[in-house]
Amino acid sequence: MKLIYFAWVRERVGKSEEDLDLPPEVTTVGDLIVWLSGRGENYAYAFEKPATVRAALDRVHARREAVIAGAKEVAFFPPMTGG
Amino acid sequence: MATVRVQREDFDAGLEAAALARGRRDVGAVASFVGYCRDEGGTLAALDLEHYPGMAEAEMARVAAEAEARWPLIGVTAIHRFGTIAPGEQIVFVAVASAHRGEAFAAAEMLMDYLKARAPFWKRAIRADGTVEGWVAAKEADDASAARWGAAEP
Repeated sequence: MKLIYFAWVRERVGKSEEDLDLPPEVTTVGDLIVWLSGRGENYAYAFEKPATVRAALDRVHARREAVIAGAKEVAFFPPMTGG
Repeated sequence: MATVRVQREDFDAGLEAAALARGRRDVGAVASFVGYCRDEGGTLAALDLEHYPGMAEAEMARVAAEAEARWPLIGVTAIHRFGTIAPGEQIVFVAVASAHRGEAFAAAEMLMDYLKARAPFWKRAIRADGTVEGWVAAKEADDASAARWGAAEP
């Protein structure tokens, strides 16, 4: 699974993207956040306030309960501040 | 069919708005909006805008399609810049052409509210004293502005 990070999520994780093999019990966006948070201090820091991190599956906004199976790309980023 | 562009370079807002009506006889109204970078009382040197390539264009197109589904629009253009943008420079542009002004005004406002809440762009402030301040926090007021059109949380 390709994971992409933006803005301060990218800075906290310490990389802009990576490919990870996800364990089978990780089925939703919310599961993925919990799993990533256990992978190291950088991830724990990035997701310390999970409510402030948004997600997208294949470039479409996704809620925590969204199922990630079949997605090629999962992105995590802060609330948007464009415009 | 909306025109959506995500680009580093500046744009000509007048030309973009005029293009929506050029050569047509059915357009009665073009409403446009330009968002600028402001200097926040002289303290801001520039904004650095990061975006999610691919999703930014896709999300802007989805927002435009929602406006087109909601009102009888003749044309929609939405442009958002990324990269380093100095005070006084343009950041974002939306324009809507329709037969009457009501839907043009309303659609342009909805487009901006939705773009701010949903298009994947993030601003970082570079201060006049050279410090990089960190990421601009999202405003709850922006989500509230989007929500009044019936938008779900992204």
